[in-house]
Amino acid sequence: MGYRCVVCVKQVPDTKRLTGQAMKDDGTVNRAALPAVFNPEDLNALEAALAIRDRHAGTVTVISMGLPKASDVLREALFRGADRAILITDRRAAGSDTLATSYILSCAIRRLEPDIVLCGRQAIDGDTAQVGPQIAEKLGYTLVTYLEELLDLRGSTLRVRRNLGSGFEVVEAELPVLATVLDTANTPRPPAAKRLMKFKKARCRSEVEQAVSRELSEAGEDARATEVARRCLMLAERGLLIEQWNLDDVGADLTWCGFKGSPTKVHRVQSIVLAGGAYREYPPTEEGVGRLVRELIEDHTIG
Amino acid sequence: MIEVNRIGEVWVFAEQEKGALSEVPLELLGKGRELAETLGVPLAAVLLTAGDGEEMATRLGQYGADKVYLVEHDLLRQYQASTYARVIRELVQAHAPQVVLYGATAMGRDLAPTVASSLRCGLTADCTDLQIGDHTPPGSKELHRNLLLQIRPAFGGSIIATIVNYDRWPQMATVREGVMVMPQPDGQRRATLVRHAASFSGFRAPLRILESERREKRVNLKAARVIVAGGAGVGTRENFRLVWELANCLGGAVGASRAAIDLGFVDKDHQVGQTGTTVRPALYVACGISGAVQHRAGMEESAKILAINIDRSAPIFSVAHYGIVGDLRVVIPRLVRAIRGGARIEGLAEPLEGPGMSPREARG
Repeated sequence: MGYRCVVCVKQVPDTKRLTGQAMKDDGTVNRAALPAVFNPEDLNALEAALAIRDRHAGTVTVISMGLPKASDVLREALFRGADRAILITDRRAAGSDTLATSYILSCAIRRLEPDIVLCGRQAIDGDTAQVGPQIAEKLGYTLVTYLEELLDLRGSTLRVRRNLGSGFEVVEAELPVLATVLDTANTPRPPAAKRLMKFKKARCRSEVEQAVSRELSEAGEDARATEVARRCLMLAERGLLIEQWNLDDVGADLTWCGFKGSPTKVHRVQSIVLAGGAYREYPPTEEGVGRLVRELIEDHTIG
Repeated sequence: MIEVNRIGEVWVFAEQEKGALSEVPLELLGKGRELAETLGVPLAAVLLTAGDGEEMATRLGQYGADKVYLVEHDLLRQYQASTYARVIRELVQAHAPQVVLYGATAMGRDLAPTVASSLRCGLTADCTDLQIGDHTPPGSKELHRNLLLQIRPAFGGSIIATIVNYDRWPQMATVREGVMVMPQPDGQRRATLVRHAASFSGFRAPLRILESERREKRVNLKAARVIVAGGAGVGTRENFRLVWELANCLGGAVGASRAAIDLGFVDKDHQVGQTGTTVRPALYVACGISGAVQHRAGMEESAKILAINIDRSAPIFSVAHYGIVGDLRVVIPRLVRAIRGGARIEGLAEPLEGPGMSPREARG
């Protein structure tokens, strides 16, 4: 029978590794020093899609909205078994909040007509968990958040166990469905060696343009354009061209995109200075510990 | 979206299950009252339920709501996004509030984005503070006054962002449980009840809820005056006994970082952190906890923080008031001896329950 699955994936800075090395001298975070990674829960979403395909046949398409370097996560998805990868990139999408992002993604997904859309529950940079539910609302797909286990998929009916933190729910819905997936749902399969060898050469058009600009910096514009077209054609023939769509390709109304299409705006950003205020260290000796306890008793914190 | 207006109310979505209100809407009514007073508008609670509406509405009034919009319908018996969002959207379009607040619970994080998408308005998740203030967009001379300043950590907690929404009303935000302080209820206070009839004709709810199970939390971290928490640095489940021991001799509750839970040292009801419980005890003792930002977000407002860690460069020391750099297997027993020797603490639980057992379970 087969199900068409689309997985939304995001490239994010590795905010889980905020150690001393990622700090600047003033105690604030040096974002440029953070490596860019595949958003962890999106890997779980991808795994859920691949498992559906393993069991029921069908296709798994990954899409990502981002800069051309987000192709890294699309390649990673291809290494792990995705059938098709699409990058949505457009300067006019810059400054998009979750509403604008979900609008753009929903325009793209609508063109793919999937039975099931899978998203990670939330991204580790924004931490909002809003984009998945908002895509569902725009597409008119039934929303199932906090998917921990896919219990049954038969015909057009999906049964899922949700983990709500404070308890569980077993729900059933007719396709099409959009589900957000928890990190406890599965263990993402690693990249497959053969697919890694093949798809590490996959590129999106913008990456080809950037490479040609660098390598043929002396050549004229026409020569560069010809070379870009030639390389893209070769990649496409070998199934290595990552599709690239802009806002016009997905039929987006620019009013709802980018900074202008985003109701939420940043008023202020303050970096947290991770150096404390009144801090006192006590040695781990009997004497040191005893002194600390006496102080805590004296100021009525304990006792 | 609805038109920007300056007379709309401040609303709090009153999350409930099976006729019992959650705590978070009551906490939000406390902050909501402040916001409403600053804006000079009424504070209302929005209650969707299949029954027991009046009883819950009375309680909402006691916690500060001037009005309760009550919608009772059989389709609202069990929560799902499509039914609840549909009703809230109708209410918003009918009454044009300026602000709508939701708890950032599993329900709130499912519902609020659905409502925001259908209204095409702004939503900020997991706010740690809300204030009223003015905003001028960069490069513009327009002054937008009396906006809801939506304050939240971002980027893994390393920055605090203040978000505003000045042209797509209503302004919506979600807030996690335990972040806002629960107000004192006033038994005499009454809210005006405004009933709204939901229009569900021809509507079929798309989600069938087959089973639903709620776990009673075995630990009340929010109420604890002292919390002793263990992290991955505790090393083993066996070593976690030391955390229990220290908690017991201080009359405190046991907490844990996400890492310790994932390692199986203790049940996830003990989790403190951004995705666990937010706490602000008088004393928080962090044992073998590195202090990742997601954990700090859940405890950094504790009045006093004592960190014990073998790694001097662990980020936890940057939020601690007191620090001991050393092996907790040596330090904790020394602390316990010093506490037992130096102070008489009332209501001591019996020491040395087994790993993973709460004092209540130990007593049987």
